[in-house]
Amino acid sequence: MKFTVNGEEHITENDTLIQLLRGLEIMPDRVAVEVNLSIVKKADFENFRLKDGDIIEIVNFVGGGNASYRV
Amino acid sequence: MNDKLTVKGMEFESRLWIGTGKYKDFEETARVIEASGADVVTVSVRRVNITDRKSANLLDYLDPSKYKILPNTAGCYNVEDALRYSRLAREAGVSNMVKLEVIGDEKTLYPDTIGLLKATEILAREGFIVFPYTNDDPVMAKRLEDAGAAAVMPLGAPIGSGLGIRNPYSIRIILESAKVPVIVDAGVGTASDANIAMELGSDAVLINTAIAGAGDPEKMAEAMKHAVIAGRLAYKAGRIPKKLYATASSPLEGML
Repeated sequence: MKFTVNGEEHITENDTLIQLLRGLEIMPDRVAVEVNLSIVKKADFENFRLKDGDIIEIVNFVGGGNASYRV
Repeated sequence: MNDKLTVKGMEFESRLWIGTGKYKDFEETARVIEASGADVVTVSVRRVNITDRKSANLLDYLDPSKYKILPNTAGCYNVEDALRYSRLAREAGVSNMVKLEVIGDEKTLYPDTIGLLKATEILAREGFIVFPYTNDDPVMAKRLEDAGAAAVMPLGAPIGSGLGIRNPYSIRIILESAKVPVIVDAGVGTASDANIAMELGSDAVLINTAIAGAGDPEKMAEAMKHAVIAGRLAYKAGRIPKKLYATASSPLEGML
């Protein structure tokens, strides 16, 4: 299956969100995930099934104070 | 003397809040926060680096049991983005607090207060503890408070400018009318600026660039810590009025 993960194309056999995260070596407790602009609750990571073409955003916290410029 | 800052029932030990941007590395960030004595630190929400999984995570250096993590919406220029980042931050699971920024202009980084007010209303309704970054405008501060802001965060001067508290009179008016805590956010350049913010009666000060950009950030963090404590004590003590002419302070009695 083919997804877009954090803006990059990603091809994998993993079809649940938790498998995708494990495959990427990402600890689920430190991140928040959006699939096609909807937030997926942590409790649903285990059973959330991904579909071909899904757009996935995985975010965490980085250093920051005030503002940044437009992307 | 118990003089703790309380926001929505949460108690804070320090009246100096620290932003975690612009540091050399996470070790320096951790050392600076330790030196500052701060217990609130702001962080930003960004994509996980999925290509380099060896890179360290900020939360490895900031123990959430020791510090209150305050996620911000830095980088958001409209209401929709600010809501999206806030909801993601809450879902990441450290806090339902958000330092809300809706920036209106890249050159000044001044807030878009119309968008800020809308976003504050929506997020407060969703149960967020909202700390909006706003102008030094007493009317807008009141509107934000009415919209459900947990505190208001007026700027002292543009973000990163180091110009200090440019309009202490506006900050004073905000302080007089606010029923929620007032936390001066942005503009501090050096310790005396933080001190002035506190002497005016601000409940806290949030600083990032003035510390991160200093020649010795750890030393500046310590300077800011003392400046904030001194400013708070001076405010509580009550200063003498300013007068044009001298008033002697030694007695006349007993003079030869």
